[in-house]
Amino acid sequence: MSRLSLKGITKSFGAIHALENVSLDIAAGEVLGLMGDNGAGKSTLVKVIAGNFRPTRGEMRMDDRPVEFHRPVDAQRAGIEVVYQDLALCDNLTAASNVFLGREATRRVGPIKVIDYAEMHRTSAGLFRQLKSETRPRDLVRKMSGGQRQAVAIARTLLSKPKIVLMDEPTAAISVRQVAEVLDLIRRLRDQGISVVLISHRMPDVFAVADKIAVLRRGSLVTAKPAAHSSPEEVTGLITGAIEAA
Amino acid sequence: MTSTLDQAIDQIQHRGTLSRMMSHQIFWVFAAAVLACLALTLMTDTFATERNLFNVSRNFAFVAIIAIGMTAVIASGGIDLSVGSVVVLSAMVISTMMESGNSFWLSAICALLVALAVGAINGTLIAYAGMPAFVVTLGMLSAARSAAMVLSNNKMIWEFGPDHDLLLWIGGGSTLGLPHPLYALIALTLVTGFVFRWTRWGQYLFAIGGNEQAATLTGIPVKRLKVTIYMFSAFTAGIAGILMAGWLGSVTTNLGQAMELTVIAAAVIGGANLAGGEGTATGAVVGALLIEVIRNSLILLGISTFWQGMFIGTFIVVAVGFDRVRHMRN
Repeated sequence: MSRLSLKGITKSFGAIHALENVSLDIAAGEVLGLMGDNGAGKSTLVKVIAGNFRPTRGEMRMDDRPVEFHRPVDAQRAGIEVVYQDLALCDNLTAASNVFLGREATRRVGPIKVIDYAEMHRTSAGLFRQLKSETRPRDLVRKMSGGQRQAVAIARTLLSKPKIVLMDEPTAAISVRQVAEVLDLIRRLRDQGISVVLISHRMPDVFAVADKIAVLRRGSLVTAKPAAHSSPEEVTGLITGAIEAA
Repeated sequence: MTSTLDQAIDQIQHRGTLSRMMSHQIFWVFAAAVLACLALTLMTDTFATERNLFNVSRNFAFVAIIAIGMTAVIASGGIDLSVGSVVVLSAMVISTMMESGNSFWLSAICALLVALAVGAINGTLIAYAGMPAFVVTLGMLSAARSAAMVLSNNKMIWEFGPDHDLLLWIGGGSTLGLPHPLYALIALTLVTGFVFRWTRWGQYLFAIGGNEQAATLTGIPVKRLKVTIYMFSAFTAGIAGILMAGWLGSVTTNLGQAMELTVIAAAVIGGANLAGGEGTATGAVVGALLIEVIRNSLILLGISTFWQGMFIGTFIVVAVGFDRVRHMRN
């Protein structure tokens, strides 16, 4: 049984076919490396999964039940979380406040609801422990390293106990050491049975963590197979079109 | 391995109370204000008199009340240039209504409603029409003062109907030796300080100032919140307008002119970051206090009032300069 199953997903913007008949399966606890050149349709596919776009045609199933997302909130409720490329963090707030942003823990004091900082610090400390990241809940995000910032962004997705985490170019603009940290974070998610869709340009990063590789070219899926059965050379050929399909 | 990780996560940066206080801009601003007060006490025999201290505490209360509202706006990444005009509009609404025989309470409520409406217009144009806060509130600066002139026919009002004495008592009177505007300021500081730290509204306000896009992505109702922030700022200006009407005992249409600059200065000296995301209620109060102490000291020392702007301007730059140095060291 696959966690997420796409069947014949097509997305057209007027005469332009951004996605053409894409069928793809992701198992629970699987890391899927989604690759392709600029404009190949990676972002469009992710936006369809995250509920930003509705597909023109095609069907999506989660755990063998058909799903339809009209808004990002629908996808979130179904257990799909997104880590944005720029991480969407507030530098002036603490790690815990960022993890809980928009869904703060509160408790009642008389007639008013006040923010329960103790609870937020406790829960986010637990999430950082789970991710094995040395991130302190009370620290300001402004003072954090790139790896810690990623940990905060990922801990935020864990708050709702997600089934699938979509990561858009998480290793694009960070140092080599921080890339290693982020790849570790992805492995921790996988170890907890969470499926990860990793969109990346960086071949070594994808092959370091992905169980499965999918390549898009001009809106069509040209391959989807276990990473062990592929190679960076083959994927490069598929991305550029030197290899037609595999 | 796990134990060291746990230790790292649970570690709170242990720092003494003093070093934590010293890392805040308002500590230094407060220290400067206290030093100035001490110096004045020694250098003049007019500063530390009951009469003068009473005046200082009352005068700075008006600016400080609005500076608290301004801090909310600045911390959310905006600016409100219309507060001085809201002051006169609110004062004019309450005085014209009281002059024509209405009670103080009815007139005060109407004045505050008008102020809230001005804030709602500002906020709606900024949040929903996406116009720059600077432009919208600059327009309102002109429009609200003009509305006050239309309302009063540009005449001075000094008779406030049946509740005349009540208005003068509320704005200009004192209880237990402290001027009434100071009580309003203390209440507002406590409530706002609490709201900033302990409520979602406060948390979201700082989130919007820190990264508006992130706030939107996490589902915070950014637009609605922005409207309420500008309404809060206008509300504080409305309160100040009512109190000033009672303090002065007469209202003219030049009330609150150029006040927005002093208010913004107070907020910024008190640690509000014009780039958004930072600011405290106590900071605004301390900033306003420092400005009033400077003003008062120049008068008492017999220095020409023409120098006031020079001193206040220098302080704004020095306070923000201190902040930059601190950030660079981090």
